[in-house]
Amino acid sequence: MKEQVQEELQEQAQEQAQAEVKGEEAPAAPKKENPFVVGAKKLFQAGIPRASLFDYESAPPTEEELKENILIVNHLKKYFPVETNLIGQPIRYLKAVDDVSLRIPYGKTLGVVGESGCGKTTLGRTLLGLYDKTAGEVYFDGKDITKYGDRQMNTIRKDMQVIFQDPYSSLSPRFTVGGIIGEGVAVHKIVPHKEIKDYVVNLMERCGLQPQYYERYPYEFSGGQRQRICIARALAVKPKFVVCDEPVSALDVSIQAQILNLLRELQKEMQLAYMFISHDLSVVQHVSDDVGVMYLGSMVECGSTERIFNNPMHPYTKSLLSAVPVPDPRSKRERIILQGSIPSPANPPSGCRFHTRCPECMEICKTQTPVYREYEAGHSCACHLYPQE
Amino acid sequence: MENKEMGISEDSENTKPVLSEGETAETASAETVPAEAVSAEAETSAETEDLSERVKILSPARLVLKRFFRSKLSVIGLVTLLVLYLVCFIGPLFSDMSYDTVDLNGGENTQSTTITYTVDGEDYTMYDITYTASINRNAYPSAQHWLGTDENGRDVLIRVLYGGQISLTIGIVVVVLETIVGVILGGLAGYFGKWVDQIIMRIVDIFYCIPQMPILLICSAILQANEVNGIARIYWLCLVLVFFGWSGTARLVRGQILSLREQEFMLAERSMGVPARRKIFLHLIPNVLPLLIVQMTLGLGGIILTESTLSYLGLGVPIPYATWGNIIQALRDFNTLQYHFHIWGPPGICIMLAVLSFNFVGDGLRDAFDPKMKK
Repeated sequence: MKEQVQEELQEQAQEQAQAEVKGEEAPAAPKKENPFVVGAKKLFQAGIPRASLFDYESAPPTEEELKENILIVNHLKKYFPVETNLIGQPIRYLKAVDDVSLRIPYGKTLGVVGESGCGKTTLGRTLLGLYDKTAGEVYFDGKDITKYGDRQMNTIRKDMQVIFQDPYSSLSPRFTVGGIIGEGVAVHKIVPHKEIKDYVVNLMERCGLQPQYYERYPYEFSGGQRQRICIARALAVKPKFVVCDEPVSALDVSIQAQILNLLRELQKEMQLAYMFISHDLSVVQHVSDDVGVMYLGSMVECGSTERIFNNPMHPYTKSLLSAVPVPDPRSKRERIILQGSIPSPANPPSGCRFHTRCPECMEICKTQTPVYREYEAGHSCACHLYPQE
Repeated sequence: MENKEMGISEDSENTKPVLSEGETAETASAETVPAEAVSAEAETSAETEDLSERVKILSPARLVLKRFFRSKLSVIGLVTLLVLYLVCFIGPLFSDMSYDTVDLNGGENTQSTTITYTVDGEDYTMYDITYTASINRNAYPSAQHWLGTDENGRDVLIRVLYGGQISLTIGIVVVVLETIVGVILGGLAGYFGKWVDQIIMRIVDIFYCIPQMPILLICSAILQANEVNGIARIYWLCLVLVFFGWSGTARLVRGQILSLREQEFMLAERSMGVPARRKIFLHLIPNVLPLLIVQMTLGLGGIILTESTLSYLGLGVPIPYATWGNIIQALRDFNTLQYHFHIWGPPGICIMLAVLSFNFVGDGLRDAFDPKMKK
């Protein structure tokens, strides 16, 4: 182990030295402009036209696809304006979610993995309509909900729920557990008003919460119990689709397993479809039918769990998988260690976004964005290593 | 985070059945062995019951009260306030005097003249008696007037009590109205953001740069010019104070709601499809409430001071209505200042007590609402 680490350190040092040498050889950096001038110029710069955000062609899904999939997302984009000009038009975007397409069949689980900051959470929240999407189409349960306003969304909210990552801040501090879980039930009139308490208590028992917690307040509970409250709240409105946004990352391993098993049981019972967001590959492998790999706001590879874990195509997926710890001290693995850190989504690299860190980077990767296309049934990838047409 | 303070209180006194020695001896001697076993069983069952009873659930409101009553100063403040209110509102009922009753027993003066004249041989005598009663001015404390009388012969104690009624009521009315306006406007600005926020906050900014005192003086002058008098004047005074006071509350509420809106539990409400009305009144406002209550109690003291200042300047509540402020107005007479402490002292002490108590209570509430305060 020690030797390995030392080697790695040495390699890093060498590379740094090389980079420094290169930097010296490079021509002198361009003269720095006066920041006031830069700012003034930005104020009068032309904004990015809205039409450019819709530069994709997409055919509406066929009826069969709509029947099979509870959720179909085409070319979803969520850009946050970073800088605006004088009249408030954005001149630079932070592309948190950039052109993501995915579909989730009824009753199945799609795992979404990626480094922190790659837009997993934003993707989940945007397709639920919690953030206004910049562009893209969303079909949910056979309906085109792309242009739904807040009021229309409220009518279908009970069918799509979310379990948040942080069980501490996602519970209203002045409500009792029963009030928190029962609120959605009351708002959407899931059961008659008189039966709410029985219904909630029943659900609490199924989620592993004792009925006497009904009148308690969230601050009295530990993280694991809070997460169970969150799960009960999400499931109380009988949803068809739940976005699980890293529901176990804040919990310790034994509780993680309990919660995951609970989620699976409930999925079988209620025919739920999950989108399971996580950065923990072993967890994703455990719960998912399909896995999507995200890098810097876009989906780089998506396919069935088996295919992704046994036969990854994209170099990023390969490096991610090589980082999964194996519980065998003697096993020697070839680890693909990525250099550097994830670039800023406000200023993404040209061409393939992964080219700055890709071990198999080619010239074409630096200029052209690879096409995200399906190579085998249900296995898509965006990489220049594979034929683009 | 907040779970450091567990809402569990142990009432060890209630739970353990303590038997005095004599009793145990009696039971041991009187009962036989099986009975002891029974009592032991009963004890164990009682213990299991106790366990669930001992762990009491405290709602956040109860926790706050519990912490509030731990602070001695704020309890003193609360008691003082209660006494002030009770005395001011109940005290005058025991007296037949009112705030404008003038004591005319300042001594009697009888003048009599007789004119005698003769008509048709008979003597007629005409008596002309003038009886004048003078006003009992600036009297020192006595059995009849516990705090003496003022320059117009009115009982100071009665006036202080009636003045308390108005001063304390104005404070509450103004603060409640202020808070309602502030919560509505601040809430709108915070919840909807964007241009709504812009407009409301710019108005608040404008209110912040208006110098209050001169404007209040002008307002009072206008009221006087329009001959608004009596009770109507008091209502107008309230409205003017509200008009200048809501901006602080609005700013506070807006800031709180802005930060609360970004919390994950609000996102959860949104994903649940909860209507905006419910979100604002059930989730946002209750979370702002602690701050508002503190702001209100601290504001009460301020309003009483402002009202007193205005009344002292002769611009607030008009005479003959009594407020603590316009009783102190008597200070303008040098003679009163020097020799008649019993006139201006009591209302001054009352103002001080009320403002201090409100501040103590406000401080206590603030500490009680602060989850970081453990004790």
